[in-house]
Amino acid sequence: MESRKTQLWVGIFVVLGVLALFFIALRAASGTMTTSGETYTLYAKFDNIGSLKVRSPVKVGGVVVGRVTNISLTGDYYEPLVEMSISKEYDEFSETSSVSVLTSGLLGEQYLGLQPGFIDDSVSMLEDGDSITDTKSALVLENLIGQFLFSQGND
Amino acid sequence: MSQFFENVGRRVLDSVAGIGFALAMFVSAIIGKPQPRKSWPLFIKQMYVVGVLSMVIIIVSGLFIGMVLGLQGYTILVDYGAEQSLGPMVALSLLRELGPVVTGLLFAGRAGSALTAEIGLMKATEQLSSLEMMAVDPLRRVIAPRFWAGLISMPLLALMFSAVGIYGGYLVGSGWLGVDEGAFWSVMQSAVDWRDDLLNGVIKSIVFAFVVTWIALYKGYRAVPTSAGISAATTSTVVTASLAVLGLDFILTAIMFGG
Repeated sequence: MESRKTQLWVGIFVVLGVLALFFIALRAASGTMTTSGETYTLYAKFDNIGSLKVRSPVKVGGVVVGRVTNISLTGDYYEPLVEMSISKEYDEFSETSSVSVLTSGLLGEQYLGLQPGFIDDSVSMLEDGDSITDTKSALVLENLIGQFLFSQGND
Repeated sequence: MSQFFENVGRRVLDSVAGIGFALAMFVSAIIGKPQPRKSWPLFIKQMYVVGVLSMVIIIVSGLFIGMVLGLQGYTILVDYGAEQSLGPMVALSLLRELGPVVTGLLFAGRAGSALTAEIGLMKATEQLSSLEMMAVDPLRRVIAPRFWAGLISMPLLALMFSAVGIYGGYLVGSGWLGVDEGAFWSVMQSAVDWRDDLLNGVIKSIVFAFVVTWIALYKGYRAVPTSAGISAATTSTVVTASLAVLGLDFILTAIMFGG
């Protein structure tokens, strides 16, 4: 009896150790996280996404409404296509909404800022699978400096 | 003057003999015909004593160290607006350093000292000699299962430590201090490399497991068979094993991450 109990505990111990390995390998090193609750998917095409990553937050006025779920290149010109899943709670974005790659703080991570557009009779709402056409790319510091120097030279 | 040289000579001979004995003990305990039917229950018993009973202290200290890392890291990183780098900070420091090292130290204190005391007492009460009288090799019967149990259970404990620590950092960072949950994991995932960080941490913990277990067994086997001798051997196990873990950690870190 005693030996059965010992074996049981050793089994639990080894399984816990292996689970810890899986937790680290999948959760800390890579893997996917499902956003809790019902979501719908939107797409947005950018010129440059900067250092936006999968699972980066999508925010409206600073409030997290969804997450980036996939980043890929699309089309003949290999433009970055960002797939994001937005909580079903917020499903009334008009198709005039715009989305831009923003940075939180000076050294912070990049996230997607969603700006709700105006609503009137002629615009419809974004549905699951729709694309947001009005996008602003990430600010790349080198390009910015380049533009600044260029405009200085023109004076 | 000749007294001095005599002392030096005796010290050197003693330590060389000690290293030689430890090596011989290792070889005769590990190498030999495996006897799964006889040694498997002994091994399971030692896994329970060495691994399962150390689990509570490892998990609790892992949780608290992770939470402290989260708290301390946040107060520094928030000054730079980079609190979302909290995830990689917690995960990397746990996987690369704190997981293997703190587990090694705790393991030396929790399991190593017990191993030394147990074997020392076996020697003092002449159980080891009785085994030899019955033509049972004490190295195979007593040392080998403890050695394998230590070698296997400590890396598992180190993994649990890191996993629980990361979760503790997540609890404090995301649940309490308000770091964005998705950013915490995603920035961590992009920073933590499977091979560079996870695998190297596991290799470290295997090396520490070997060193700590071996020192504990050797000190117990060579203990002076008196109560004072056993207490000295137990103390010496904890001190030597802890120093060996810290010293080896520097060397391993230099090899793995220095170049």
